[in-house]
Amino acid sequence: MLEIEGLNCYYGKIEAVRNLSLKVEKGQLVTLIGANGAGKSTTLKSISGILPASSGRILFEGEDITKASARTILDLGIAHCPEGRRVFPYMSVQENLDMGCFRRSDPKQIESDLEGIFDRFPILKERRLQMAGTLSGGEQQMLAIGRALMSRPKFVLFDEPSLGLAPNLVKTTFDIISEIRDQDVTVLLVEQNAYAALALCDHAYLLESGEVTLQGTGEELKGNDYVREAYLGG
Amino acid sequence: MSRWISILWLAFLFSIPLWMIDLYVLHILINTGIFVIAAMSLNLLLGYTGQLSLGHVAFFGIGAYVSALVSLGFDLELTDTYTFVFDAKPVWIAFLSGIIAAGLFGWLIGRVAFKVRGAYFVIVTISFAEVVRLVSLNWIDLTEGPMALNNIQPFTLGIPNLWEMTLYQKIPNYYLVLVVAIVCYILIRRLVHSRIGRAMIGLRENEPLATSVGVNVTHYLVIATVISAAMAGAAGGLYTHYFRIIDPDIFLFIYTVTMVIMVVSGGKGTLAGPIVGGIIFGLLPEILREFAAPEMQWIIYGIAMILIVFFLPDGIVPALKNWWKNHRSKRTDSAEMDAGT
Repeated sequence: MLEIEGLNCYYGKIEAVRNLSLKVEKGQLVTLIGANGAGKSTTLKSISGILPASSGRILFEGEDITKASARTILDLGIAHCPEGRRVFPYMSVQENLDMGCFRRSDPKQIESDLEGIFDRFPILKERRLQMAGTLSGGEQQMLAIGRALMSRPKFVLFDEPSLGLAPNLVKTTFDIISEIRDQDVTVLLVEQNAYAALALCDHAYLLESGEVTLQGTGEELKGNDYVREAYLGG
Repeated sequence: MSRWISILWLAFLFSIPLWMIDLYVLHILINTGIFVIAAMSLNLLLGYTGQLSLGHVAFFGIGAYVSALVSLGFDLELTDTYTFVFDAKPVWIAFLSGIIAAGLFGWLIGRVAFKVRGAYFVIVTISFAEVVRLVSLNWIDLTEGPMALNNIQPFTLGIPNLWEMTLYQKIPNYYLVLVVAIVCYILIRRLVHSRIGRAMIGLRENEPLATSVGVNVTHYLVIATVISAAMAGAAGGLYTHYFRIIDPDIFLFIYTVTMVIMVVSGGKGTLAGPIVGGIIFGLLPEILREFAAPEMQWIIYGIAMILIVFFLPDGIVPALKNWWKNHRSKRTDSAEMDAGT
């Protein structure tokens, strides 16, 4: 479904991603693991068109999206759930979800999708009119996921969804992501929490200093001595 | 609740000329009203998209000059043999031309400045205002430079060939400014609650996120600049046909600063903020004039501003809103407790 060949990305003169190639099949949950600064988020940003790639090719369902704008990519069905500041803090929960379907113009479908999101995350319905910035970290993450789903994506990019969440919420978040995959949405997940990500995924890539150094199924990487030593704490 | 407050407000504003006989006070109110419109237009950019335009007075001045020139007519010696003659047009056409011209310049500045945002936008807008000021000062053939354009026609109101009224007096001018201000207010309110407004607020709050949900950054920033500039141009047009004289001093930096103070103290990114800030900082110098020397006035003005920014960093309107919300929730809490016992 998504294929990246020889991707290079720069922030100014600093090379963040070097000759990266990866492949995500339809319906899969693929994860990118690696340390801080390995180039994981950069890869996601260049897929969603926020950071243009310097060279290489990104193909989505056979179409070249390397040079496409963020809007075009969104219209093709790729949603990005960025890390860090995940919501619009001074907008209400409802308005945040509305932003998720900014490019859509089918009010009836939007209405039913919204109901679907509220069924999945009842807490968001309860807090519909509350400012997003006043939600707890976990609730903000639910909102960010809900917003990403409001664009009816075929493919979702999750960037560090567990970052800064309490341990019980981390589990909930991963459960939700795996549910999303079960509903036939393909997922590319970037995680520092390598253990949880590897347990969940169909296929995994290890990124180090902008390069893919290892790949395989989740089990294979979990069993790999080097990965255990460096990323899973022995 | 808030509907009743707005109706009362409007009734109060419309009733002022009925009981306020002092024409000087009316004059101050008209002047303040014009600045409130300018502050509202600046708020659209500064408050809702988060872009600081420090050359906003340029749009105000362009609106004023274009409106004046179109209503007066002008001629330009383009070559030795050819002179371009522009006949005087009715005032309402002049007023619209001023708005359109300001909007066009807004588009131009928006296109240029939003390639590079943030600090660069501030610099581009300051430079733009300064360039426009120098042009108005030195292009004497067109603008009369420091000699000023005078004898500008006031607004006329009427039905063609039947009845006409020229607005020389304060009272009709007061109503004109009030109506334009209300129209601007309604436009801004509709805009910020629309899809365009959501995009603008999204950009202010989290630009990468807004981009990733498909907001075209430059497109929406340019829309905001055009509308904001056109509204500032309308304020300029009102100014020009009310004062009936205009010189390059209209482009002074202090006017932009005044507008920014009005927006920031009232509460940027709120609908009522620039109105409250505009009224306070429009009236304050006049009130102070009674018992403070001119130098003291500006010092007090400055202290008031520092105090507001220091104690109410979000501005007066959000502070009042919070106070009201706390006050009410306390009341309902105690009412519930009373009911419980």
